[in-house]
Amino acid sequence: MINQNIQSIQHKDSDIFRNLKVRNTSQNIWFSIMWLAGLITLIVLLLVVGYVIIQGGKAINWEFLTTPPRGGLSGEGGISTTLGTTLFLVVLTLLIATPLGVGAAIYLIEYGGEQALTSPVMRALIAIANFAVETLAGIPSIIFGLFGYALFVSALQLGWSLLSASLAGACLVLPTIIRTTEEALLTVPDDYRRGSLALGATKWQTLHKVVLPAAVPGIITGIILSVGRIISETAVFFVTLGGSARMPTSIMDGGRTLALHLYYLAMDTNAFDKAMGTGAVLVIMIILINLSINIVSNRLTAKIRGGK
Amino acid sequence: MIGNARGNEQKMSGRMIADKTVKYILFISAILSIVIVLAIAFFIFRESVQAWTEIGFTDILFGGIWRPGQDQYGILAMIVGSVAVTVGAIVLGVPLAIGSAIFLGEIAPKWVQAILRPAVQLLAGIPSVVYGLFGMVVLVPIIRQINVPGNSGYGLLAASIVLAVMILPTITSIAEDAIRAVPDSYRSGSLALGATRWQTITQVVLPAGKSGIIAAIILGIGRALGETMAMIMVIGNSVIFPKPLNANPLTLFLSQARTLTGNIAVEISYATGVHESALFATGVVLFALIIVVNVSARWLVNRQSSIQTTRQ
Repeated sequence: MINQNIQSIQHKDSDIFRNLKVRNTSQNIWFSIMWLAGLITLIVLLLVVGYVIIQGGKAINWEFLTTPPRGGLSGEGGISTTLGTTLFLVVLTLLIATPLGVGAAIYLIEYGGEQALTSPVMRALIAIANFAVETLAGIPSIIFGLFGYALFVSALQLGWSLLSASLAGACLVLPTIIRTTEEALLTVPDDYRRGSLALGATKWQTLHKVVLPAAVPGIITGIILSVGRIISETAVFFVTLGGSARMPTSIMDGGRTLALHLYYLAMDTNAFDKAMGTGAVLVIMIILINLSINIVSNRLTAKIRGGK
Repeated sequence: MIGNARGNEQKMSGRMIADKTVKYILFISAILSIVIVLAIAFFIFRESVQAWTEIGFTDILFGGIWRPGQDQYGILAMIVGSVAVTVGAIVLGVPLAIGSAIFLGEIAPKWVQAILRPAVQLLAGIPSVVYGLFGMVVLVPIIRQINVPGNSGYGLLAASIVLAVMILPTITSIAEDAIRAVPDSYRSGSLALGATRWQTITQVVLPAGKSGIIAAIILGIGRALGETMAMIMVIGNSVIFPKPLNANPLTLFLSQARTLTGNIAVEISYATGVHESALFATGVVLFALIIVVNVSARWLVNRQSSIQTTRQ
């Protein structure tokens, strides 16, 4: 009887060990598959970025960067005016979007909570505003394009111009700026606010002398992210910017950004080498933007840790 | 002494007025998002009214033929095209994205994370026209090698692959957030019961993060439905119902197609009258699809965060 018991225990033990072995083997197999998934993701990135930079790099030289594109169906010339247009558009869009986005974020984070308590209407309004930001972030860019085309290009008769494009582009990047600014404001410790209010400062004095300076790196992250989105965006500007290869001389002129130029080269001409060169310039810009975002956000975390 | 106090009082009220003014200005910028969303819905719908009334609701939604020259404006082929390419991208992209998310969140050592996370971030930032160009120059010639009559290389397969890469970073980063949001006590509990790390992942972590992971996939679907320029560049843009090129049903994916987004972008610059209005109607359909997709994703995310807070 006792013997039997011991035997069964031993039997069970070995069962457990065998079972553990099976489980460990299955874990090893699945972990390898997950490593493979991570590796494939990395390879996809290296393949796309590497191919574009190496193939496109051949087309890039000083002349390519400094001569304007011929335009039309020729595909000849460089990218100078498209660089200029991109810069012009980025600055104009951010001039519109940044104050509005930062303002909205300040209200939603710093005033939203207390205002929601004042009346049910305010509470509903603030909830709807948050929902609207969420919705804006999910709307596809071609819809922003259609909207910009219907309102700015046609109804307001601004035509295909930098102004129409930057207004539509501002709607596109607004949620990015709002969300990153909100996150930055949330990381500012409440002690800062209380300390300032206790010294007799008004709410606004507290905000612009104490809270906002502490949130600046986060706000800058949002702005840099938006620069990236405007540089990469094509669909919105395809229907609002016109596509002229000339350098715009006023905000009422049309033009083409780097990304748009790439599209026209790839679709309307056979100048794939120049398209690839333009792509390489775009990819390098995006890499630089991502690097600077990481630097700024590292500084932000360091600052918060130091502050505590 | 008294004069001084009065000066202070005046200064005080000046500060108070500034405080109030700023509050109203900020309030206006806060509700601007609501105004923009409403304006987008209003303008796109207003421009599409002509199409809905002159062509008719069912003829647009379920009409199979899009021939603006002959006043035929059915967008069903484009709806099918958008859905087909999205399904293709999900089939190819989701396993890879979820695998990468599990790898990043649960398995990868710190130094691998430090390489892979910026890589995913960079994938998300690369302009869609660059993906489109890569598809045209690299993928399309490879696919053209498949020896099937009528195969141009451009079509659903090329578009699905490009789109899968484009939604990969979106799904990976949101799913990873969902996995990381699962409290560590869940993992410790499972490991303490003798489960292996892999068992812990599949039977504890993934079920706990399920809503967030599904939300990540749904947001990926939203991104796929909305992608425009890269799709125009590799999908061929013929307005046809995708169908197999020969007896093998898999050749369906070699068929050309056109997406809803592509339909708008390709034709809007020269369309006028009812044709232009029909393109706005295409936009309304796309807008409605995206709203449904995003609202369901948001609902799932909220559900997960409420589950986690009540459990904690």
